Amino acid sequence: MTSATTTGWTRDQIAMRVAQDIANGSYVNLGIGIPELVASHVPAGRTFIYHTENGLLGMGPSPATGQGDPELINAGKRRVTMMPGAAFFDQATSFAMIRGGHLDLSVLGALQVAANGDLANWSTGADDAIPAVGGAMDLVAGVKRVFVMTTHMTKEGEPKLVQHCTYPLTGRAVVTRIYTDLAVIDVTPRGFALVELAPGIPFDFVQERTGAPIIQSHALEARK
Amino acid sequence: MIDKRFDSAREAVADIFDGATIMIGGFGEAGSPIELIHALIDQGAKSLTVVSNNSGTGLVGLAALLRAERVSKIVCSFPKTAGSTVFPDLYRAGKIELELVPQGTLAERIRAGGAGIVAFYTPTAVGTPLAQGKESRVFGEREHVLEHGIRADFTLIKGHTADTHGNVLYHRTARNFAPMMATAATVTIVQAAEVVEAGALDPEIIVTPGIFVDRVVHVPSPALESALNEAGASYP
Repeated sequence: MTSATTTGWTRDQIAMRVAQDIANGSYVNLGIGIPELVASHVPAGRTFIYHTENGLLGMGPSPATGQGDPELINAGKRRVTMMPGAAFFDQATSFAMIRGGHLDLSVLGALQVAANGDLANWSTGADDAIPAVGGAMDLVAGVKRVFVMTTHMTKEGEPKLVQHCTYPLTGRAVVTRIYTDLAVIDVTPRGFALVELAPGIPFDFVQERTGAPIIQSHALEARK
Repeated sequence: MIDKRFDSAREAVADIFDGATIMIGGFGEAGSPIELIHALIDQGAKSLTVVSNNSGTGLVGLAALLRAERVSKIVCSFPKTAGSTVFPDLYRAGKIELELVPQGTLAERIRAGGAGIVAFYTPTAVGTPLAQGKESRVFGEREHVLEHGIRADFTLIKGHTADTHGNVLYHRTARNFAPMMATAATVTIVQAAEVVEAGALDPEIIVTPGIFVDRVVHVPSPALESALNEAGASYP
């Protein structure tokens, strides 16, 4: 085991790394929680247009605490603002954008991602859990590329990147790329494949914390 | 002369019957027709099936309707918003049935119901527990599940401005499910902060055309769920 001082990327650094991979002018849906940080790290010279599935394209940052409009909210039901060129629309239109393949990218959190791209991010399947799914299943079914942004391990120290998901699925074979505190990893026809390690993180350190083999040789190809 | 105005929320919901299916607009508190819901609580109809994206927060609005045990089933995509305790308690006690539907599928099922489309195929939820027991079919090498349109007896929605013909405009993200729900019920009831004469609204910007609306109630200063909850309110 590598020493416990090996920390990898912070949440903000993961968000910064995700943002680097998003092209100027992309239409992007950011999931609730850690993916929301991406909006704070847009590279200079690029503009992303944010879609929030409750009915707004051109979502802007949160207003100051206590400010804003209680009926101008994001999918997490928090107050947001709108950018110049924004548009409001109903839910059928919003999910036509999603299911119809009009959005370029969805960035989602995860409970588990499998080596074939299966995603579980809505329920642990626990008996006492209140089932709630929101728009996650529509997003993974319809958006062109699905990025997952997550800690590499659970709080209990279990791998989130696994051979097969044990939690109920959100979608089958839907994840394109995974960004964690330790590495950037692609989902390929041959399974997980390394794109990039966080600074100071050895490959073996990542592999030990991953529930399925990671192809190491992919990294050079992915950067070409 | 057409005039769809009703004098009060109480009169507008008076004929809602036991066992009715009711669509209720809103995504969280945005677009939640609280005054119509409170009038429905006062009216007393029970054994209702409610179609709504969420299940309400605190002890007001939709949460209050559930707490009064008037709802036997809810069709919903996300019934556990922060601050939502009424639904989880009823659900765990086995006092309410939940049909969990992905949000986009819920929107499209309502749209289909209102548009005369009995059912449709969608790739959403394939391979998940929410597709279990549903008919599926492969189109273009991709599996899809069959989902059915939903219709209701009544729809309760919140507009911002309505005219006497029932044309409706909404406020920002309060629009959400309301335009589809308006099309999918036998009787659609709109509460609006502003009600104007037919002809006052630019026909180019109408969001819900009046053909889908049966009753308009003027609610000049609609309450907000968050403000009521912060004040510790409960209804009734």
